[in-house]
Amino acid sequence: MNELMRRMLWLPEQASTFSTSVDHLHYFVITVTMLISVAVGLLAFAFFFKYRERRPNQSTPMVIPSIRFEIVVIGVPLFFFLLWFVQGYKDYIWYTSPPSNAMDVYVMGKKWMWKFSYPDGPNAIGTIHVPANRPVRLLMTSRDVIHSFYVPDFRIKQDVLPGRYTETWFEANKPGRYQILCAEYCGTWHSQMWGEVVVMPAPEFDTWLAEQKAGLAKRVDTGGDDGGEFRGSIVEYGKRVAMAQGCVKCHSLDGEPHIGPTWLDLYHRRETLDNGQVVVADEAYLTDSMIDPRGKIVRGYKPVMPTYKGRISAPEAAALVEFIKSLRSENVQHVPSKEAVYEPVRR
Amino acid sequence: MSQSDDKPPTFPAVHYLNADRGVWSWLTTVDHKRIGIMYFVSVLLAFLLGGIFAMLLRIEHLTPEPTIMGANTYNRMFTLHGVVMIFMFMIPAIPGVFGNFLLPLMLGAKDVAFPKLNLLSLYLYWAGATLAASGMIMGGTDTGWTFYAPYSTSTPTTLFPVLLGVFIMGFSSILTGLNFIVTIHTLRAPGMGWMRIPLFVWAIYATSIIQVLATPVIGLTVMLVGIEKVGHFGLFDPTRGGDPVLFQHMFWFYSHPAVYIMVLPAMGVISEVIGAFSRKNIFGYKMIAYSSLGIAFVGFFAWGHHMFVSGQSVLDNGAFAAISMLVGVFTAIKVFNWVATLYKGSIAVKTPMLYACGFLFFIVFGGMTGIAVATVSLDVHWHDTYFVVAHFHFIMVGAVIMAFLAAMHYWFPKMFGRNYHEGWGMVAACFIILGFNATFIPQFLVGNAGMPRRYFIYPERFTSLNVASTAGSSLLAFGFVIIVFYMIYALVRGPIAGDNPWSSRGYEWNTPSPPPKHNFDTTPIIDRDAHSYQEPGEEVEHVVI
Repeated sequence: MNELMRRMLWLPEQASTFSTSVDHLHYFVITVTMLISVAVGLLAFAFFFKYRERRPNQSTPMVIPSIRFEIVVIGVPLFFFLLWFVQGYKDYIWYTSPPSNAMDVYVMGKKWMWKFSYPDGPNAIGTIHVPANRPVRLLMTSRDVIHSFYVPDFRIKQDVLPGRYTETWFEANKPGRYQILCAEYCGTWHSQMWGEVVVMPAPEFDTWLAEQKAGLAKRVDTGGDDGGEFRGSIVEYGKRVAMAQGCVKCHSLDGEPHIGPTWLDLYHRRETLDNGQVVVADEAYLTDSMIDPRGKIVRGYKPVMPTYKGRISAPEAAALVEFIKSLRSENVQHVPSKEAVYEPVRR
Repeated sequence: MSQSDDKPPTFPAVHYLNADRGVWSWLTTVDHKRIGIMYFVSVLLAFLLGGIFAMLLRIEHLTPEPTIMGANTYNRMFTLHGVVMIFMFMIPAIPGVFGNFLLPLMLGAKDVAFPKLNLLSLYLYWAGATLAASGMIMGGTDTGWTFYAPYSTSTPTTLFPVLLGVFIMGFSSILTGLNFIVTIHTLRAPGMGWMRIPLFVWAIYATSIIQVLATPVIGLTVMLVGIEKVGHFGLFDPTRGGDPVLFQHMFWFYSHPAVYIMVLPAMGVISEVIGAFSRKNIFGYKMIAYSSLGIAFVGFFAWGHHMFVSGQSVLDNGAFAAISMLVGVFTAIKVFNWVATLYKGSIAVKTPMLYACGFLFFIVFGGMTGIAVATVSLDVHWHDTYFVVAHFHFIMVGAVIMAFLAAMHYWFPKMFGRNYHEGWGMVAACFIILGFNATFIPQFLVGNAGMPRRYFIYPERFTSLNVASTAGSSLLAFGFVIIVFYMIYALVRGPIAGDNPWSSRGYEWNTPSPPPKHNFDTTPIIDRDAHSYQEPGEEVEHVVI
């Protein structure tokens, strides 16, 4: 019955614990809606025939509503509407209360891609790996405008706002691959801001996560990149390090203040610290800030940056400094781009 | 259809259309009927423009890949479709055209209370519409008609003309509402107590209250977006301490009641049409009248149901969901009363009646899917998908356009003294009602399947339903083309209708059709209820159900 209704209504797969309970209410509401609207339409149409005009200016009886009629027309719809409200709100409260043992994943939306980060784990663009049958909580924010994180197969959707964290959670119950869509209009390639949830059986996921972490650790140990030799310029190399270490999650490259100060024009900028002291952001200051970030806090920012001591090697730190030095506003275009700034996420 | 006696129908020699001549006499007129006709022409042009955009959007969706336009063009196109249809067509359509034309006739007045203000409303509408339309020529805007911040405050497209246009049209709407409220309070004919005013007037009254109270908020909101865009004050920008959700609260505080600005007049039309063509006293007059006021009141407190997934608190969402259910109850009362009015009537199945029947189906389906999306847990899946698109098109196109077309056919003889061809009218109505269903029922399903709105490119699995919807829209468009032809013919060479071709008892039919310049030669005295089909003293059977 569930399967038949689901297919008739073109609903996507039920791949989360939430989807089944929502769909049952859906069937109830939509069935009643269809029955009542067709009944009203047909009844009116039937009256057209039964009470059709038999002679011009025919007189008609005066039909008066009784109290009983009034109670029925108010009471019956109200009963159904309130029933749906109660059930819907109950499900909604459940949907907005993530269990305390949920695994956290950070989600960042920006035009026009989704980025996922696991606490002390890997980052990924476009694809999020999650275990089946374990609750997962998503902590989401946006770097630019409002987006909306939508997985039709899980029946979940939550707006992703700039300057604020919103959360949603799900418990996927079928391993597989499910599409993520952006549901809040966000510009040119809104319709291509797609991603994918890869649901893995829990043991497989654990192995995957361990491998990812090992890969990261190995990278730190050898002080190099992913094993292969990097052949680009030192600035390119610095950019790669910045992406891999997640520096750009907090430091923007375009002049917008974010969680940390922007890197644009940072080199040789005079920064006022929270104790009133003024420093010039030279190589020494930049390197110091990577190793001992809490030592000197720029006024207006919170001391939230972790230390990268032991997590980046000396050549990586140098490459980062060179990358920061390359970020001069005269090298950056300030006219609006004609087309997409980022390549849309295409599959 | 027959006249009350055997004389051939007459066409008055002098009437409001030919009493003064020349373009200048139209542009400076303070006659509510002429202002209504000028609104009629204007909103039809807006509807044509919005309709062309709609068809282009549907053609674009024939394939999941780009079909006939680029992404930026598509984004501008759906924005303009929304702006044109809502601000230039839906909101002024029934109040501006039929409200202006009929309100004084129904009240037995010579004109509205402030005739010059009425003309100013029209000029403001023209100014705002021209400005908004010029924004399209200047490159167009791509925010959607909802102007959500911070996208709207950061888009590089031409937003100002559209914002300013909406701002100015808002004043037109406020002044019209104010004018109608005062007119209804002060200019009722002798004998017309509050319980004798026609239900269309009740609907316009409730609408006008919303227009006066809610429209200033949209003016304020678009102004703040403009200020933010120029001055970067940070009102809606979180990096400067602003709040993007604040914009949504302000926007929907107007835009939810705005739905009732569109729907209530439509409900008023249906009350008139069903009463007239079933020759029946309206069943439950008071219930219909009071439920209009109820909708107007409760409609002010339901705006948050547009924001269930915006990050609004769980408690707020519950409160807004519960309040939204009440709006549904008021609408249900009206629907049952309309159907009960048909019961034991003497129903003349004419074109307006077909539209009324379509309206009944669409308002129930559209209204109940509204209840469905107000059910919080269900909305999480449906929010911002085509399900919502289909739901509000059922209300705005299904219900409001059906009512607009019913009104256009029912009062065409009143306005122009001629009649349209009934056969063609029925054919077009069938095309429109079937085409409408064929267009929007697939959209409900594609929304269920998970297709978000405002999608230029969509995943391939949605193709079949999109093609079905586009096919349906061609039927719908064809229906409108038929109407254009027979209505133009009717305007020029249609048979002379006579003063009251439907033998309606509506007060507006108490003058010649088309009416003389000053509506009534003698002040009408109202000695019966509105929609009363008994002659004074006539004994009729009373049935209680």
